[in-house]
Amino acid sequence: MHPKKIHTPLDKETILSLHAGEHVFLSGDVYTLRDAAHKRLVGLYDSHHLVGKEREKKLDISGQIVYYTGLTPLLPHGCPGSAGPTTSARMDKYTTRLLDAGMAGMIGKGPRGMDIVRSIRDHQSIYFVAVGGAGAFLAQRIKKAEIVAFDDLGCEAVFRLSVEDFPLWVGVDSKGKTMWDTMLG
Amino acid sequence: MRKIAASEIDELTYHLCVKANCFILEDIKQGLGNALLHSTGRQKDVLSILVENVELAEQTRVPICQDTGIVVVFMDIGQEVMVVDGYIEEAINSGVRRAYHDAYLRNSVVSDPIIRKNTDDNTPAMIHTRIVKGSSLRLIVMPKGSGGENMSGLWMFKPADGVNEIVNTLVMHVKQVGAFSCPPLIIGVGIGGSFEVAPLLAKRALLRQIGESHPEHHIAEIEHKLLEKINRLKIGPAGLGGSPTVLSVNIETCATHIASLPVAMNLCCYANRHCEGTL
Repeated sequence: MHPKKIHTPLDKETILSLHAGEHVFLSGDVYTLRDAAHKRLVGLYDSHHLVGKEREKKLDISGQIVYYTGLTPLLPHGCPGSAGPTTSARMDKYTTRLLDAGMAGMIGKGPRGMDIVRSIRDHQSIYFVAVGGAGAFLAQRIKKAEIVAFDDLGCEAVFRLSVEDFPLWVGVDSKGKTMWDTMLG
Repeated sequence: MRKIAASEIDELTYHLCVKANCFILEDIKQGLGNALLHSTGRQKDVLSILVENVELAEQTRVPICQDTGIVVVFMDIGQEVMVVDGYIEEAINSGVRRAYHDAYLRNSVVSDPIIRKNTDDNTPAMIHTRIVKGSSLRLIVMPKGSGGENMSGLWMFKPADGVNEIVNTLVMHVKQVGAFSCPPLIIGVGIGGSFEVAPLLAKRALLRQIGESHPEHHIAEIEHKLLEKINRLKIGPAGLGGSPTVLSVNIETCATHIASLPVAMNLCCYANRHCEGTL
């Protein structure tokens, strides 16, 4: 069966239609975000006097898909050589705060904590799993990469990536069902 | 004494860093290919991506993984070697610095574990040195990502615990954390030594070719038991279910104290990047 093709920004209808374990090809813009950028972003969101100002500086993640990755440096043609997912569970501590801020979904590798699964259900969000260790393969499907925030963080800076047919599996769906439940069942 | 210039060590480190990050070893390529042959459905989709990934990395000389790791270096220096015109560790770090810059490898090292500021050149390397017989200098470079490292562990068993207790503990651990890494895994296990020796044995165990058993029968049996039981967990390629979960379990052992039975397990992703060179 061919994977379903979906595009960002993901509308509610699409998110609600996807089920745990389903294979999809995602195209459109996603934002890289890993440990250090999570810490800083949540810090900014919690500093109320900065929220409005910083959000205007393209830091508003509401409605966006976040990709847990730290790219290799951009090659002369403007895209990274390698760009696979990092372990999502490390971001669990920050996830509910970002879902509260309107983040639409996440891409990473590995299972999430039960509290995050519930949070994804409560926010009608979605978590996708990419193939860990496939950085070179996945980078080929990045058509454009552009730094949008926190450039002092080096590889942990926030990049907007334009991806095409990014192969993903639904890890946690909007009903709070996980791919790991379906594997055990 | 045989003189080796520090600049030669610098140059060798440079080449090994680039090679280890972009080219997978033949035994691992074969292991992955075999796994693909025996797979169906979702496992086949995932393994095809991994096989294509290593081919792409090799052909286009890009890193196999975006986590180009902290550089672990195993150095064996012959006792008849004299390093001249520079300091060994500086030479190794210079090679790392140049390779990570020139080959567009990711800088993934922070200078202080609490403050966490990136060193921006991927140094320092983690260097483990042995003084050995002879007049050559051997370097093994292993870029080690955090996916496997963070899921590794050390257990101080009692001598009374025995093999079953060890096997069950390690299998339970992989059951809990295996999917957070990048399966199919290569697992290094170190048994014996003192508290600090077991983890180093586990890491060195990753250097053995996959599928090659330990020469001692009773240790090879433990390897086999671990391999079977972990594969029965069905964590699967990329943690998306099915088989294989592990491609190889390699154990290294060492003498230990009468009251001790340290066991360390170092998880490694399917790529198990490392390569060696000798001066």
